[in-house]
Amino acid sequence: MSFLELQNITKIYPNGTKAVNETSLNIDDGEFVVFVGPSGCGKSTLLRMIAGLEDITSGEISLDGNIINKIDPSERDVAMVFQNYALYPHMSVFNNMSYGLKNRGISKDEINNKVNDVAKLLEIDQLLTRKPSMLSGGQRQRVAMGRAIVRNPKIFLFDEPLSNLDAKLRNQMRLEIKKLQRQMGVTSIFVTHDQTEAMTLGDRIVVINNGVVEQVGTPKEIYSKPNTKFVAEFIGSPQMNLFQCKIENGLAKISDMQINLNNSLNIQDACIGVRPDDILISDQGEYSSSANLVEYLGSDMIIYSSVGGQEFSCKLSSKINLKAGDNFKFNISPSVLHIFDNTSGQRI
Amino acid sequence: MKIKPLEILSHVILILGVLLMVLPIWFSFATSTHDNVSIMTEGMKFFLGESFSQNYNEVLNEKGGWSEEVTAARMFMNSFIMALGIATLKVVISAMSAYALVYFRFKLAVPIFWLIFITLLVPLEVRIFPSYKIVSDLGLTNTYTGLILPLVASATATFFFRQFYKTIPDELLESAKLDGANSWRFFIDFLLPLSKTMLAAMFIFMFVYGYSQYLWPLIMTTDEKYWTVVMGMKIIFTENYEGVALPRTGERFAYIILSMLPPVLVVVILQRWFIKGLIQTEK
Repeated sequence: MSFLELQNITKIYPNGTKAVNETSLNIDDGEFVVFVGPSGCGKSTLLRMIAGLEDITSGEISLDGNIINKIDPSERDVAMVFQNYALYPHMSVFNNMSYGLKNRGISKDEINNKVNDVAKLLEIDQLLTRKPSMLSGGQRQRVAMGRAIVRNPKIFLFDEPLSNLDAKLRNQMRLEIKKLQRQMGVTSIFVTHDQTEAMTLGDRIVVINNGVVEQVGTPKEIYSKPNTKFVAEFIGSPQMNLFQCKIENGLAKISDMQINLNNSLNIQDACIGVRPDDILISDQGEYSSSANLVEYLGSDMIIYSSVGGQEFSCKLSSKINLKAGDNFKFNISPSVLHIFDNTSGQRI
Repeated sequence: MKIKPLEILSHVILILGVLLMVLPIWFSFATSTHDNVSIMTEGMKFFLGESFSQNYNEVLNEKGGWSEEVTAARMFMNSFIMALGIATLKVVISAMSAYALVYFRFKLAVPIFWLIFITLLVPLEVRIFPSYKIVSDLGLTNTYTGLILPLVASATATFFFRQFYKTIPDELLESAKLDGANSWRFFIDFLLPLSKTMLAAMFIFMFVYGYSQYLWPLIMTTDEKYWTVVMGMKIIFTENYEGVALPRTGERFAYIILSMLPPVLVVVILQRWFIKGLIQTEK
């Protein structure tokens, strides 16, 4: 039995919106799982149901062997870090961190020790007397984390906690969260819409779309073998190129570009995906096209082009000399292709 | 630094405004320190006189009223109790009812809110007969409870608290829930401290409101022991107008000056909170 088990969880709001549909998921002790998906896909709702802030319409959640559907949020032994941190504005950092402990009737000395230990760990021990309004964004973030850590919960829930930080700080905090989680070994669920965050943080990633889990897997599995068209497009930057095509006897026809798939598939309405960095540009290339736009990113560059009216991009080393308007030749190896059924969106 | 003409003008206007407000009070105070003969012959005074201690002493300690039993000091106490009771209960009740309206999403919350709001259209003066009937049937005439109770519901304060609570982000409540705060704790540990400024402001308004009540205590009290300051203004030191004695203008001015003190004190004391709350943007 897993540490956290979600069984056929469904959430229907009073106005009829189905936010989460029949979701089942198992999370092991100490695992760092990331829920990722576009805004409004139900990932936050799912997290809030685990926290107990949202009623469960049907299904069952069990944590550490106990069904927690009806248990009050404060007794579930979960800690949550909110997007806007939700620090208590009228309390000092110390009180912010100790409030939950105080409500549990823990003795003053023990609270003092715990808060001080966690504050040291997060390097906020100089700030304990300050009010949240006197802290910077990064410091607030740390306090919010500290407040969660100090309670020593069974599970950490992060609801897009990095989205209010600037890019540099976000990367730094991301690393720190990862390190802390490793260090403490507490089961964590992290919700984000940012695929980079998902890829870098998660032991496993749960890709959610429209209230349905599209795929669960390690970052590597998800990147190299996306189950659906949605996952293929959502994970990876720049986006995977998808070509609408017809496959006849293992030959994919994208207008006049034909790729031999080395198999004997026959699909009327197919979709072929290629990662931008899997398109190899060389003078001996089999196919040719012209660059519509070139984005220079320092070590890399991205070339935007099109074939038969379908746009695609390729990522390559910027050492290659190519300008907008130039023609280029390229190769696509059949082994890097992802083939999907266009109507169902499923991988073939 | 160059001073702009507009600045001078605005300062002149402000100074005039201040004088307009302060001068009458100063005149009253100066007059209250003179003896009745000189006031009678020379009119109101601008400079201080020598009868300060005599006038104020008489005001506070002389027994007046028809039964010659009630002193001004007693009336001050009555007014203070009444205003304090009204202000405290008004603030507590409206804060709590606003809490219920905002956080407990029961079905009739909106109609109930509007029902509360409508009572603004029915001030005490309009419903004074039914109110009196109820209070006297309850046997509460000539009691502090009778003075205070009919005035403790406040639509205005409920409305202000409601609007304030609505600006508090939901995450705060959720986070508090996860931290094990029940609804009572959330109110005490979060809403009250966060609305400190608001509480102080409301308390000031409601204290002054309670203190300046005239009609209600006038109708409610037949026993002089429960007279309030504002009532006394009409009654005290007028008893020997007729006859040979001089009108006791000095004492009456002293009484007026004293009657201003409690509200002023409340404002001055609570203002600190008020301003502190404004400076620290805690939201």
